[in-house]
Amino acid sequence: MRTGILAQKLGMTRVFTDDGEHLPVTVLKVDGCHVVAVRRRETDGYDAVQLGSGKAKVKRVGKAMRGHFAKAKVEPRRRLAEFRVSEDALLDIGQELSPAHFLPGQFVDVTGTSIGKGFAGTMKRHNFAGLRASHGVSISHRSAGSTGNSQDPGKVFKGKKMAGHMGNRRVTTQNLRVVATDDDAGLILVRGAVPGSDGGWVRVSDAVKRALPKDVPFPAGLRGGKVEAEPAADAPTDAPTPEAVPEVAADTAEDKKD
Amino acid sequence: MNTIEKLDNEQIIKLTEKRQHPDFSPGDTVRVNVKVIEGTRERIQAFEGVCIARKNRGLNSSFTVRKISYNEGVERIFPLYSPRIDSVELVRRGDVRRAKLYYLRGRRGKSARISEKTTGAAGKAAVTERVEAAAAKSAASAAAGGKGSTKRKARRAAAASGGGAAKAAKAE
Repeated sequence: MRTGILAQKLGMTRVFTDDGEHLPVTVLKVDGCHVVAVRRRETDGYDAVQLGSGKAKVKRVGKAMRGHFAKAKVEPRRRLAEFRVSEDALLDIGQELSPAHFLPGQFVDVTGTSIGKGFAGTMKRHNFAGLRASHGVSISHRSAGSTGNSQDPGKVFKGKKMAGHMGNRRVTTQNLRVVATDDDAGLILVRGAVPGSDGGWVRVSDAVKRALPKDVPFPAGLRGGKVEAEPAADAPTDAPTPEAVPEVAADTAEDKKD
Repeated sequence: MNTIEKLDNEQIIKLTEKRQHPDFSPGDTVRVNVKVIEGTRERIQAFEGVCIARKNRGLNSSFTVRKISYNEGVERIFPLYSPRIDSVELVRRGDVRRAKLYYLRGRRGKSARISEKTTGAAGKAAVTERVEAAAAKSAASAAAGGKGSTKRKARRAAAASGGGAAKAAKAE
């Protein structure tokens, strides 16, 4: 199982294909998606990679998190997310994922936080029909109606659909086709809509219900081509942030790879 | 410019490279040549009518063409940058004072006419365009020799032979 990518939803547009079709697409931006930490079965009980995406202002990052990023020798990131991977798909800390991780034509699942609708009635929340517009209905045109029987059972069954909070929860849209990827601009174009508002963060991963194409990059599509062995010795010299360097230098002694 | 606008503009440039549509506006009579795919075969079907609206939204721009087909008003909305549109021909420039000619929907026959634009830069351009086009056409037919003209003659003869035949020819 490969890792996914942490991306930002930019918005929707359309694409005209060469054979005249037009596709509605969502544009997702992959902005410096680095591996910040790795979870291993021996130490953590499971295999996963922690990815960080988007640039964060250093002064807006707490000291604890700054330390966390410094340890990985990665610039502070806006968002962190863990992706469970199989053991052979584990990545090294500091590696950067690129949109080429996904192939055009393959299917992905996209997880995001849906747009919050607040406290919504049953018509909006569960597509209830509401009551009639006339014929004696007063004031309760959008009400839920009956919630069950009378003295027997004498209660409202659990799970009864009612008004309540709607949206602002984690939603996964499955089997969206990747239309195109742009490595230079860091974009993934996915056919169809994706949960959440523009600017929201989404997790893009291989579709669980579709077979993975054979020529997909494994363990991951990385920026800068091939997977490199962890250059522990020369890492401080080409560390990405000047700010991170002093702290890194102090930490490197203890934090050499286990 | 944000990323999505940039993407759209790139696409517009790519799509307009292939075909450039004439500058037409609401009120103009246009002939839209649409690529129609029937099974595996692709052919071009013309849709001619009055452009009653244009929507300018970058890549999402579109235009609406209205015509009366078999006594029934028909409107089609075409995406301006669609690759399915083979070409757009400007047939006649209309003189109108609205951007959206939705009032034509409630009208029929005489009251639904649009007079031709003859004044102003666009009108004059249209006139010269037409003269040029006619000249080019006659030149082309002269160059093509007998082939085209005989065809036309044959059609004309068919039209003359009977009213029904003429209608059929027109429908084509």
